[in-house]
Amino acid sequence: MSRSITFAQAVHEALDQAMKADERVICFGLGVPDPKGVFGTTLGLQTKYGKERVFDMPAAENGMLGIGVGAAITGLRPVMCHQRTDFFLLAMDQLVNSAAKWHYMFDGQASVPITIRLIVGRGWGQGPTHSQSMQAWFAHVPGLKIVMPATPADAKGLLLASIFDNNPVVFIEHRWLHNLEGDVPEDDFRIPLCKAQLLRKGTDLTIVSMSYMTIEALHATDFLISKNISCDVIDLRTVSPVDWHLIFNSVSKTRRLIVLDTDWSNVSISSEIVARVAMTMYSSLKTAPRRLALPDLPSPTSPALTKKYYPGAEDLVKTIAEMLNKKIDPSEIARQRSTPHDVPGTWFKGPF
Amino acid sequence: MHIQLIKLKGSGNTAKNGRQLLRLMNLIRLVEETIAVKYAEGKMRCPTHLSIGQEAIAAGVCLALNPTDQVFGTHRSHAHYLAKGGSLKAMLAEIYGKATGCCGGKGGSMHLIDLSVGFLGSTAIVGNSIPIAAGAALTNQILKNNKVVCVFFGDAAIEEGVFHEAVNFAVLRKLAVLFVCENNLYSVYSPLHVRQPSDRQIWQFAASYGMKTAHGDGNNAFEVYKMTKKALKHIRSGKGPYLLEFATYRWREHCGPDYDNTLGYRSVEEFNKWQARDPIVNLEFELNNSGILNSSVGRGMQKEIEKEVKLAFTFAEESPFPDAEKMNSNLFAD
Repeated sequence: MSRSITFAQAVHEALDQAMKADERVICFGLGVPDPKGVFGTTLGLQTKYGKERVFDMPAAENGMLGIGVGAAITGLRPVMCHQRTDFFLLAMDQLVNSAAKWHYMFDGQASVPITIRLIVGRGWGQGPTHSQSMQAWFAHVPGLKIVMPATPADAKGLLLASIFDNNPVVFIEHRWLHNLEGDVPEDDFRIPLCKAQLLRKGTDLTIVSMSYMTIEALHATDFLISKNISCDVIDLRTVSPVDWHLIFNSVSKTRRLIVLDTDWSNVSISSEIVARVAMTMYSSLKTAPRRLALPDLPSPTSPALTKKYYPGAEDLVKTIAEMLNKKIDPSEIARQRSTPHDVPGTWFKGPF
Repeated sequence: MHIQLIKLKGSGNTAKNGRQLLRLMNLIRLVEETIAVKYAEGKMRCPTHLSIGQEAIAAGVCLALNPTDQVFGTHRSHAHYLAKGGSLKAMLAEIYGKATGCCGGKGGSMHLIDLSVGFLGSTAIVGNSIPIAAGAALTNQILKNNKVVCVFFGDAAIEEGVFHEAVNFAVLRKLAVLFVCENNLYSVYSPLHVRQPSDRQIWQFAASYGMKTAHGDGNNAFEVYKMTKKALKHIRSGKGPYLLEFATYRWREHCGPDYDNTLGYRSVEEFNKWQARDPIVNLEFELNNSGILNSSVGRGMQKEIEKEVKLAFTFAEESPFPDAEKMNSNLFAD
């Protein structure tokens, strides 16, 4: 049975079911048991599972990740929650030197089944230090799995799979997805990690995407159908390690590739995908691969300055038209957007 | 600078513990002296940090722990690993980069593990294993298994943020952690007084976290043992973590087999003072004085150690290297 719930509710349900299924699952992070419960995703968990398993934490991101790693290698399955990725950057030592290495450097004698939830901010002036996505940093490090769900069902299925995976998983949620509604199965179901999903089938072009950008990709693709253009839309689900098989198969059919990214363009997941496709199947490409990612600038704060910062469906339509050598007016799809550019919908009224 | 001699009872547990401490310290000393001699052969191809001069802390602390207690170490952890009972053969094979090493050749001298004796791992970034130890203690608290976690670190590790973060959380949750600071006065070549105010003691400021702390002579194995026993009693009664700071001295260079007094970062006079306080010579003296040890027992013990060390080096040298393809294994757990 499934029913329509929001992405945030799906995350909550995954945490609840994981803690119910296995008492080794613990959940902690700044604000986890507070009245807002990390955008509603952890509400009520402490009451249900107790203060020993669900707890707030000192503002000590690196030390607390080390504590999570120590708990993980000795048999628990910690889930850490951070309301913004930006704060988690303090924990890079424990992420890179401990979590990512432990299983490898001790030659498989211990594993680190920890899940680190990071939330990416956007809009309403989140600005330079409350909106960084950073998956390229994490993906650069061997030994980590980086998961970026785009839909409510994926949020639940991928989070459950992440919690019960025996490896460190960085689970990145885009704040703009939290209120997105969709059908989500009620029971404990798990979506395999490291497998991408084909969300739309087409012949003209392959769009590879992740997280919130997948929503923009779907808007653009559905619009392009009316212009007789059909695209494969591949949602990566796990952005590292990448499911190359699905991408290569799709591109060998469509022979055109565009990659969307929620991160900066320089040295990014999108760079990597463009590079590998170019290296692996250069001769089957009809045109140079493209990507839409953030400009290599910190995110500014004023709504006036962010107008051109985040690419969206209209930029995608424009780029695809160029790649296919067709004339399409992107203002037609731009007009479909009813809310200001710096909010995901009328539900979002700040502050973060 | 003289070691405060403890009047020992010549029988019972004191005698047994004394002989065990001496055996452990002599084993660690001989293993590391042999590493130092053989390092130039170029077969141990990894950065290697020797604990020579500091053996009493590892021996005294680990003898006081239960076999089921857990230990984490640092880049300089041969002594901790061996004192907790880690396999000597597997450690040497690891340093030689062999398939039979405790990490199959992936870790080297700075990453040691022997889960069978509760040595859960040593890591090479300063302060890195301190919160990990607190995390293991969190597991023990939730599983209610009565294990104590002991983590060794140096005087520089307390300058790292994670030390404060881990101690704060351990006190907050009353975790069963024994923090052991081996203060050997130097971080590589940087003396303590350029890194920390001279009028501030580590054990004193650590107490301000709300944790019980104490300091002692790290070159006196019996003192270390007794202080650890006292700390463990406190920890096991559920009163939370405990920090012990021990004064000691690293005889050889920070990393590598040689003496480095010619560099001039520390005075020969200081070095000589500390070498005169050799923890092994002093323990032997104490044991002989109290009739626990006589020269023939001592020689017998030393012969056994020499045999064990020789066999372990032979094992390490004769063990096969891992297949180059093994580099691909164990990136992810199943």
